[in-house]
Amino acid sequence: MYKLRKIRFSYLIWETFCMNASALAPMETMDPELRGMVERCLQEWEGREGNLIMILHEIQNRHGFVPREASLFLAEAMGIPMARIYEVLTFYHYFKLIAPGKHNLTVCNGTACYLKGSGRLLTELERRLSIKDGETTEDRMFHMESVRCIGCCGMAPAMVVDQKTFGKVAVTDVAGMIERIRLQEESDA
Amino acid sequence: MPESVPVKAFQELLDAVPQVLFEQWIRIGMDTGGIAAGADRLWDVFEKECAVTGVEAVLQRTGTCGYAYLDPLVELKSSGHAPVLYGCVDEPLAVRIVREHLLGGRLIDDFVVAPRRRSKDLGEADNIVLVKDSSCEGEDRTATAQSLLLKALRHHGLQDRVQVVRALDMGIYKEGLVVQLLPSGVTYTNVLNRDLERIVEQSIRDRAIVEDLLFNEPDPQTRIVLRNCGSIDPECLDDALRHGAYAGFARALGQGSPGQTIDCIRESGLRGRGGAGFPTGTKWKLTRDVEADLRYVICNADEGDPGAFMDRSILEGDPHSVLEGLMTAAYAIGAGKGYFYIRAEYPLAVKRVELAIAAARKRGLLGKNILGSGWDFEVEVRLGAGAFVCGEETALIASIEGKRGSPHPRPPYPSVKGLWGKPTCINNVETLASVPWILTNGAKAYESLGSGNSRGTKVFAVTGKVRNPQLVEVPMGTTVSDIIYKVCGGVQDDVPIKGVQTGGPSGGILPEKHLETPITYENLQKLGSIMGSGGMLVMDENDCMVDVSAFYLKFCVDESCGKCAPCRVGGYQMLQLLLKISRGRGSEDDLVQIDRICEAMQSASLCGLGQTAPNPVLSSLRFFRDEYSAYIEGGTSYARKRKKALSEGKSMKEAV
Repeated sequence: MYKLRKIRFSYLIWETFCMNASALAPMETMDPELRGMVERCLQEWEGREGNLIMILHEIQNRHGFVPREASLFLAEAMGIPMARIYEVLTFYHYFKLIAPGKHNLTVCNGTACYLKGSGRLLTELERRLSIKDGETTEDRMFHMESVRCIGCCGMAPAMVVDQKTFGKVAVTDVAGMIERIRLQEESDA
Repeated sequence: MPESVPVKAFQELLDAVPQVLFEQWIRIGMDTGGIAAGADRLWDVFEKECAVTGVEAVLQRTGTCGYAYLDPLVELKSSGHAPVLYGCVDEPLAVRIVREHLLGGRLIDDFVVAPRRRSKDLGEADNIVLVKDSSCEGEDRTATAQSLLLKALRHHGLQDRVQVVRALDMGIYKEGLVVQLLPSGVTYTNVLNRDLERIVEQSIRDRAIVEDLLFNEPDPQTRIVLRNCGSIDPECLDDALRHGAYAGFARALGQGSPGQTIDCIRESGLRGRGGAGFPTGTKWKLTRDVEADLRYVICNADEGDPGAFMDRSILEGDPHSVLEGLMTAAYAIGAGKGYFYIRAEYPLAVKRVELAIAAARKRGLLGKNILGSGWDFEVEVRLGAGAFVCGEETALIASIEGKRGSPHPRPPYPSVKGLWGKPTCINNVETLASVPWILTNGAKAYESLGSGNSRGTKVFAVTGKVRNPQLVEVPMGTTVSDIIYKVCGGVQDDVPIKGVQTGGPSGGILPEKHLETPITYENLQKLGSIMGSGGMLVMDENDCMVDVSAFYLKFCVDESCGKCAPCRVGGYQMLQLLLKISRGRGSEDDLVQIDRICEAMQSASLCGLGQTAPNPVLSSLRFFRDEYSAYIEGGTSYARKRKKALSEGKSMKEAV
């Protein structure tokens, strides 16, 4: 877990440095759609004090994560150093810097869920998807993570699968959840 | 006293609210928990069924009334019956409810939740008899009692007027067979089969109380903060106004001065419900006394404590009461702008607060010249982003300012130098939700509840290995065991209780022998725990205290902002020691070292997070030292066995 964090952290540092180099890269390379979206977010919060976090929230809400280009664009548009934006992005757990998987499986790891066996759910997910907590499968289909309390302690242990909350999840339910998504994907394809 | 402008303006606003009295209504508990259990699908089913059967009933959306273990909850009022609450409602049951209850007038067995309001007087004619066997051992006698009651009713020719219904939950536990008459609420406990005849004859036929069976204990709960949760539509201002929202605020604005409002709150003895318990009135006065051109109020809804969900439930169930509390606070301290700082993980709460703000603004309760008083006030929502430390005042302010949430040394306190350098008053959701009630019912009424220096009520989120996890609101001074055994029905599967953790990662563990302690800020502190935001986690014999302490500590280590060394380094090192012990490789020296680190963290950390992070470890060392010793003496083989038992959720004996 800690090792993983360290790796992730050094990745961020690496990325921050790279960004300074790419700061010289022309802004035209940015996806116009993304750029328009970021501009809209900026406009909405323009002139309001302490708006950085809310703008980042907006971007993540609409785009799923905060891409590097978006932060770069923000830094220039708002006239603040890139480091200030990354300071905020990396401090708060809520912000994602890399694209999440197509389907997100979230295990609540609040105390109530922990006592009622959320650890077993995590192990089962890790086993079934062959990835670790906080990782995405290679085909970018599934992303799994454990989160702090989602506030459904009355029905612990809880899981959130693609924004839908499930309560009193048993270890044996996990395989079914994954399989249902896979079948859905296959029938869509 | 002549009526002032704001009071008149508010009266006009109230008069404009359509007064509707529905003959039949269906209220669906649609908070996050309810929706997760399928309440949103129920809405469609009810809508469709009502259309198909031609039943005229108004569908309403409400928050939760706190019974999280019975989600999704549906309350309905049909003509001819008092309102009835159904729990664990699924789609087929929703269809049955419409057809059998609304259309046929017949309540449905096994899903009715009894009201907690118990009376000693038989009022008007009772037409419902609820029955439930509340003991856990032996055969369930509910069905037998039901048929015996029916037989007795038939004997007296009452079977057409009175119906007997098996209940899902009575709110009374281990009291034998429970019989409740509705709508009066007269409750009989420890009823034997031979008493059933007497109940029918005396209580139902002759309207007299059967004294020897009467359950005289009132429900330990008193609902002040949760007064409207579960009964009003949180997305409708009219509904809130009909339930008395903003009346206290309008009166304070129109008839009193800010000083009087502060005095009223000070007299009520209300203390901050976020954890530290600082007197709210004093906080308001301190902020008001600082000279400034602009002041701020902030509602702290960053409920990071894992295992607590009362703030979410209040915001989702009755956002107007919190907004009213915030407006009152702003008026009292002379603030011009307010913020709601809400966790981004609670999207529904965010949505409902935003709707409440927009609705209030539209009616002139927010904005310029509120209710014609000449006072301006604006509110904005800001989202947290998953940092536990942002529940700390100075870190929260940094986060609203758009920075990373690191705390600052205090003093200067936020009441002197807070948001953007201006005096700022930060109050918890629950504190603010209590304010309107105090304004309407008076400081004396609030002050009369509670014990010692802790007045009023407190909401607890009781979870973990408890039979019925739910929200409980009790007067201060209620004992922990009353909450767990009388309200929540005791421990799950009747495994002996080991301890109760209060206050989340900043709190401590109360062992079984201290469960009779009345809950007050001071008592909990004496036992090495804190009130905290009100999470109450029940742990049974199978849980391992070393493991739980490590879990909490890991949480604090992950959440440490890294600004000060005692918290950043101390927490990490202590966690390593704890993990070493839980692998069976610890020694007695490690415990001494842990003690030393705890002391350093408590005295030298910058903010509350670091100062209180050692609490779970310290209190488990104080009360459950033998468990640490077992790991140290038992070595790796013991640790392996313990781990296996834990991962299977069994006791040591069963697993080995």
